[in-house]
Amino acid sequence: MTVGLQMGIIIGYLFVALGVGLAAYRVTDRAAEDFYLASRTFGTVVLLFTVFATLLSAFTFFGGPDTAYAFGPEWILVMGLMDGLIFAVLWYVVGYKQWLLGQRYGYVTLGELLGDRFGSRAIRALVAGVSLFWLFPYVMLQQIGAGGALSALTDGTVPFVAGATLITGFMIVYVVLAGMRGIAWTDTLQGAFMLLAVWSALLWVLVAVDGGIGTINAGLEATNPEFLALGSEFYTAGTMLTFAISIAFGVAMFPQVNQRFFTASSETVLKRSFALWPLLVLLLFVPAFLLGTWGRGLGLEADIGAGESILPVVLAEYTPAWFAALVVAGAIAAMMSSSDSMLLSGSSYFTRDIYRPLVDKDLSETGEDRLGRAGVVVFAVGALAASVWAEAEAFGAATVGSILVGIGDLAFGGFAQLALPVIVALYWRRTTGAGLVAGIGASQAVYIAFNFLPEVGVGSLTLFSDTYLGWGISIYCMLLGLVVTVAVSATTTANPEANVDDHFGLGAD
Amino acid sequence: MASTAERYGWAVVMAALLALAVPWFLWGVDRIVWGLPVWLWWHIGWMLVASVVFRAFSRRAWGLWIVEPEGETT
Repeated sequence: MTVGLQMGIIIGYLFVALGVGLAAYRVTDRAAEDFYLASRTFGTVVLLFTVFATLLSAFTFFGGPDTAYAFGPEWILVMGLMDGLIFAVLWYVVGYKQWLLGQRYGYVTLGELLGDRFGSRAIRALVAGVSLFWLFPYVMLQQIGAGGALSALTDGTVPFVAGATLITGFMIVYVVLAGMRGIAWTDTLQGAFMLLAVWSALLWVLVAVDGGIGTINAGLEATNPEFLALGSEFYTAGTMLTFAISIAFGVAMFPQVNQRFFTASSETVLKRSFALWPLLVLLLFVPAFLLGTWGRGLGLEADIGAGESILPVVLAEYTPAWFAALVVAGAIAAMMSSSDSMLLSGSSYFTRDIYRPLVDKDLSETGEDRLGRAGVVVFAVGALAASVWAEAEAFGAATVGSILVGIGDLAFGGFAQLALPVIVALYWRRTTGAGLVAGIGASQAVYIAFNFLPEVGVGSLTLFSDTYLGWGISIYCMLLGLVVTVAVSATTTANPEANVDDHFGLGAD
Repeated sequence: MASTAERYGWAVVMAALLALAVPWFLWGVDRIVWGLPVWLWWHIGWMLVASVVFRAFSRRAWGLWIVEPEGETT
């Protein structure tokens, strides 16, 4: 009964999303800027929720509570620092500056902005290329997750390949129709749903448990007293800071988030959303992660290592069947649709920063709009084919597949490597194109080497380890990127065709 | 146009917000207050403080380091 209900909810959700997409299509101009950026018209609520839902819908319901269940609730602090504070500051430092430049010069992507700043098509293509390198496998992870979730939910009646294909096909139709506007509208619905779902679930569990919070805490003290104390073997200061810093900087460079910096309709929208970030983080993550921790205190069991999640178990135990089915199905639907924004951004990076400047310079606005929609299809089908191939472990696929999955898992750190060179370029006039390229190149190369090459002992040192002195390698690579960008800029001269003056002194006129 | 004091003042405030997001001084403390670990209450309070500070920044100092010419490194 529950499975039927959940499938019904998932399919219903997909149709609602299609309806929203169709509505968005009707009010959309046939121009690339509208397809990619909804003509820069978003208000505070839509902008906040679309950035949030784009990245965090699956994590709020599954990954986050599971981490809190397995290791304790300290992850709440990591999220607070990461998304409530560091990302909010980047929202201002990177986002506001990008938005100002986008308003003036009509930029649609980060690569376009930097390419123009340095007068270099190569830089434009480099930024887009590095982004696509990390984005493509990350989209694959979403598809593998979606196919797996449908297959698990139906006990294999819908096999993995069918599930992944179904979702991808739907996503293509939806994104091609809806563009940025439709995606943001459904994201807003999702955000409201998430808030309502986690708070209802929290209150339901508190009321349903005999003795309420006292019983839960007594259970925690008996089985996992270390969950109540701040810090543990898993949560060391270095680990918490590494996660918070590298993911926050990575988020700001993820194409689907970075591109949303351009979409705010006014400065007021940016100001309001800046101040609301910590509140949104508080309202969503505290209840969601507490539910995971409480699952432990209530003696519930989920085999996280084997892919089970704790939240559905908590809901099944303490809330009515219809509510549990609604929340779990809603979360799966949200997870499945989270690749929509990535498809759109991936397509825009490819068509705008690689295809148009390097292959067809005279492409018209409507031509680019059509090409962008075609790009969505190509990107989605390519990622699907790679996912199915990797999952099937056909000839050679096990190796390539595991490498691709590895890249996807490292995507946040990979994007984080872009952040500091880009920030230097945004704020330091004397940054040169060579400096930016060297900074991006060095940090990416070292980050990839240390994550993929086997560890080698050299004397008393270990080369290619992924942590040193308790800090993750991504932090060291970020610093390397910063130092190389500054050092190479200081020793090279700027391209005479760079548009430096256009990008600085923005208050002057 | 913001004064030098304001410019550095805001930088110090932002740095303090980031530095104390994790209450390091409560490391290892497992006291429970009103049903939640005391460090979780710190988090809840700190996020509220951050929101108020960000709001004040957006009203009084928005544009600092970005739209002012002398706020940029030349």
